[in-house]
Amino acid sequence: MVKKLDITQGLPDPSKVMDEIMAKYPTKIAKKRQKSLVVNDPAEGKEIQANVRTIPGIITQRGCTYAGCKGVVLGPTRDIINLVHGPIGCSFYAWLTRRNQTRPAEGEDNFITYSFSTDIQDSNIVFGGEAKLKDAVREAFEIFKPKAIGIFSTCPVGLIGDDVHSVSREMKEELGINIFGFSCEGYRGVSQSAGHHIANNGVFKNVIGNNNRDRIGKFQINLLGEYNIGGDAFELERLFDEAGITLLSTFSGNSTIESMEYAHTADLNLIMCHRSINYIAEMMEEKYGIPWVKVSFIGAEGSAKALRKVAEYFDDAELSAKVEEIIEREMKKVEVVREAVKAKTEGKLAMMFVGGSRAHHYQDLFSEIGVTTVSAGYEFAHRDDYEGRDVIPSIKIDADTRNIEDLTVEKDLELYREDLAVKKEKLLKNGYEFSNYDGMMPEMKKNSLVIDDINHWETEKLIEYYKPDIFCAGIKEKYVVQKSGVPLKQLHSYDYGGPYAGFEGAINFYLEMERMLCTRIWKMVTTPWKTDPEIVGSFAINE
Amino acid sequence: MLLNHTTSKIVERKALTVNPAKTCQPIGAMYAALGIHGCLPHSHGSQGCCSYHRSTLTRHYKEPVMAATSSFTEGSSVFGGQANLLQAITNIFTIYEPDIIAVHSTCLSETIGDDLGQIVSKAASDGKIPEGKHVIQAPTPSYVGSHVTGYANMLEGIVKYFAKKSDSLKNQLNILSGWVEPSDMRELKRILKLMKVKNVLLPDTSDVLDSPMNGKFEMYPKGGTTIPEMVSMGDSLHTLALGEWATEKAAINLDNQCKVKFSIQDLPIGIQATDRFIQSLAKLGSVSVPESINDERGRLIDVITDMHQYLYGKRVALWGDPDQLIPLAEFLVDMDMKPVYIVSGTPGKTFEKRMEKILSKSVPEAKYKNGANADMLLMHQWIKENPVDLLIGNTYGKYISRDEKIPFVRMGFPIIDRVGHSYFPTLGYMGGLRILEKILSVLMDQQDATCPEESFELVM
Repeated sequence: MVKKLDITQGLPDPSKVMDEIMAKYPTKIAKKRQKSLVVNDPAEGKEIQANVRTIPGIITQRGCTYAGCKGVVLGPTRDIINLVHGPIGCSFYAWLTRRNQTRPAEGEDNFITYSFSTDIQDSNIVFGGEAKLKDAVREAFEIFKPKAIGIFSTCPVGLIGDDVHSVSREMKEELGINIFGFSCEGYRGVSQSAGHHIANNGVFKNVIGNNNRDRIGKFQINLLGEYNIGGDAFELERLFDEAGITLLSTFSGNSTIESMEYAHTADLNLIMCHRSINYIAEMMEEKYGIPWVKVSFIGAEGSAKALRKVAEYFDDAELSAKVEEIIEREMKKVEVVREAVKAKTEGKLAMMFVGGSRAHHYQDLFSEIGVTTVSAGYEFAHRDDYEGRDVIPSIKIDADTRNIEDLTVEKDLELYREDLAVKKEKLLKNGYEFSNYDGMMPEMKKNSLVIDDINHWETEKLIEYYKPDIFCAGIKEKYVVQKSGVPLKQLHSYDYGGPYAGFEGAINFYLEMERMLCTRIWKMVTTPWKTDPEIVGSFAINE
Repeated sequence: MLLNHTTSKIVERKALTVNPAKTCQPIGAMYAALGIHGCLPHSHGSQGCCSYHRSTLTRHYKEPVMAATSSFTEGSSVFGGQANLLQAITNIFTIYEPDIIAVHSTCLSETIGDDLGQIVSKAASDGKIPEGKHVIQAPTPSYVGSHVTGYANMLEGIVKYFAKKSDSLKNQLNILSGWVEPSDMRELKRILKLMKVKNVLLPDTSDVLDSPMNGKFEMYPKGGTTIPEMVSMGDSLHTLALGEWATEKAAINLDNQCKVKFSIQDLPIGIQATDRFIQSLAKLGSVSVPESINDERGRLIDVITDMHQYLYGKRVALWGDPDQLIPLAEFLVDMDMKPVYIVSGTPGKTFEKRMEKILSKSVPEAKYKNGANADMLLMHQWIKENPVDLLIGNTYGKYISRDEKIPFVRMGFPIIDRVGHSYFPTLGYMGGLRILEKILSVLMDQQDATCPEESFELVM
C-alpha cells in the first residue's frame, strides 16, 4: 500500500514537488508556469497568474470560446434553436454532452435534444457561407417554428468573414422572431471564459429586457450561473418555491428564452458561478439597478447561508421564519447522513481542478465530511476567482482580453429601480455584502497548492506526491487519474449523477463520496500472486 | 417525447443539418494515430477541437485518450500557426517524450493556409525533432468529408512517412484496418494467427484503448503498430485494405510509393464479407482455411437457422459510416431482415451503388442516403412515416428508440452510454454472432415486454 501523506501537522510545503515539475520544462516554459503555481498562504494573500494563454503542446484541460458560449451559457435554454454556423464537428460535440436537464411543460418547445448545424463545406470556405446560413435559418424556422434562434460563429466562418450579426438582423426582419448572433470563434480569448463573456453580452443585448412583465411575486430573484447539471436547479427551485421566493429566471439551467426576457424585473440577482455570469449581473445592476450577491448552494452550510442571505435582503419576518423552518428541517436530514459518512471519510485527501467556480465550491462539500483539499485550481478562471474581486482593478488587460467586447451600459431611466439602490445603501451600512466574491484562495489551507490551468505533467507529478484519495476534474482526466489507482469524480458532468446542490444535493454527494472512497475494487488492483512466495513457477504441467 | 418536434412531414433541406450522422475529420485522425505505438496525436488548431475530440473518444472508450493542441489564439489565426506548432513540438518531446508526434490540421489552420509539411520540415531543419523521433502529419480540414476521411488521411500520412521499400520482399501482408474497435483489431489478429498469415496490422488500437487497470498510468500503452512494422510495410507482398472509405488512400499510397499491390474489401462484418476476407487471406497468403474457422462460420449459421423466425422480415433502420453500413446491410439481408432506412453523413458516390446492389432485389422499398443532409432527423422522419422493428447505430439512437419504443442495438461511433464494444468484436464470424445475439436479445426482450399475457412464452 502507498504511504499516505501525513497532514496531521498541517499541509507540507510543496516547494520540492514544484521544483521537480519545473525541472522538466524548457526554461522559458518553467518561467511562465511558475507564476501559475502558488503555495497558498491565506494570511498573506498571494498573487496567481490566471487567464493567460495556454502553452502549445502542454496537454491542457481547456476548451474553446465556442464551448463557453454555446455549450455553457446558451446550451441549457430549451426553447431556442442554437444553430452552429461551421463544419459539423462543433455542433456534434456539443450535442447533449453537458447534461443540462430541462423540464418542459406539456407541449412546450424543447430543442435541447437536437443538434443544428450549417455543416459548411469547402465551397463555402471559398465563396462564403452567409447564403447557406440564411437558408439554414429559413429551413429551421419552417420546420420547427422556434421562438428564437441563436447563431454561433465557429473558427473558419470567422476567418472567412461571414457576418453572423448582419445575417441575424436580416433574418429577424424577414421571419419576425428574435434572432441573434455570437462571434464566439474558438480562437478568441484563451479559454472557454471568453465565450462566457460573449454569451453574456449577447443575451444582455438581445434578450434581457424584452418583456416588461408585471410582478408575480413578493420576492423576485434570478439565479445566475446555475446550469442544472444533473438537476441542481430543480433542487434549488424546490427550496425557493417552498420559501415563497419567486425565481423568475435561471441563467440558464431549466430556462426558457421568455424567462430571460423578463429577468430585469427581479429584485435581486444571486450568482452561483461567478466566472461565467458576473458580467450579466454587473450590467443588470448598471442598467436596472438590481443588486447582486454571490452565493453558493454547493454544501449544506453554504445553502443555508445563501437562503438566509436572501431572507435578510428582503427583510420580511414571514420569509425569514419560513427560511429558518426549511433550514432546520433540511439540516436534520443532512446531519444524519453527514455523520454516518464522515465517520468513514474523515482525514481523506482531495484534489480538484475544474471550471471557474466548482473547484472552490466543492471544497465546502468535502470539508463537511472531513475531507481536506490539498491542491486545487481552475481551468479557465481569472485572478478574481482565486484572490477575490478586490484585485480586479490591478488585473492587467492583455491583448486576448481586449479582443472581447466590454459593453457600455447606461442606466435605463424608465426601469431603473431606485428603491433597490436605496435598499442596498441601507443594507451596506449594516455590513451586508453586495457585489463581492472573496475567491478560492482565502478559504484554502496554508501550504495548499493552487494551480491555474493545470496540465497533464503537473497532474501526474501531484498524484505521485499527494497520493490523494480522490481527484476531481473532467472526462479527459477521468481515466488517466483512475489508471493511477485514484478514483476521479467528474465535476462537470457529475459522472451522470447528481443533483449535488442544495440540501438534497449535499446528501447525494456525501453518499457518492462514501461509495467512491470506500469501494473494495481499488484494493483488488494488485494480483495476489505478485506478492505470494508460494507461486514460483518452477515447473509447468502443460506444454 | 424527447424529440417532440420531429414529424413525418419532410421538408426539403439544402442548408440545415439536424442531428448529424457524422462528425468532423480531426477526430478520425486522432483515433488512427492512437493505433501506432508510442505516438502522441497533436491537433493543430484551437484548444476546443482537441478537447472535444479527446472528450468524445474518452466517453466512447472509458480510457485515457492523450493528445496535445497548438492552442491557437486570435494572433496565431492572423499571423499563422507556425510558431505555435514549433513550440508545441519542442514542448511535447521535452515533457512527454513520445517516439512519434502525429499532427493533424483543423478547419482553422486549413482556412488560414498553414502548411503542415512545411512547418514540420522547418522543425526538422531547426533541430527541434530529436534523433530517432518522428513527426508525421495529415491534413484534415473539417469542412471536407467526415470523421472517416480524417481517419483515412492519417493512415495515409502514416504509411507515407514510414513505409520504405528495401531490396528484400517480406513474406507478410499489410492489413489496413478501417475504423473499428480495439476488440475488432484484436479479433483480426486472432483470425490472422489462426490462418497462419504473417502480417502488419495498421492501425492497431488494441492494448491502447482497452488497457488493464494495474494501478499505473502508461502514457504510451504497450499496443499499437510499431515503427519497424510500419517501415516494413513497404516490403510486404500485398495490402489488404478493409473498408474503402477509411483505407483506400493509404493502400494507394503504399502502391505508389513502394509498389505494394492492394485489394480493397469490406470490413468483415457478417457472413459474406467475412467469407471474402477469409478467401482473400487464403489466396494472398497461400494458406488453407483451418477447420476452426469453418467451425466458427458454422456456429454463426447454426444460430441464424435456429432463430430465423425472430429475424425474418424485420424492418431495420441503420445509421453510421459506409464501411460498416455496407457489410452490415448485406448481413441483415442474409438473415432475411429488411434494412429499410439507411443514412450516413459521410459522402462518397459508391455508397448508393453498393446499397442498390445489396438491396434492390431483396428490399426494393429501402431508402438510403449519404452525404449532405443525410442525417438522423431524415431517418427519424422516414420512421415516422412507416415504422421499423429495430434500430442499429450509435448512442444518439436512444432518443428515437425511447420515443418510438423501438428496440435498439448500439453499433458504430460513438457509443457513450454502454460498455462492451471495446472488448467484444463485431468483426468475423464470432463478431457476427455477437451482432446476432444483440439483435435477438432486444427483439425478444421487446416481445416479452409487450406481448399479451396469454401469449407470453417460456420457451423461445
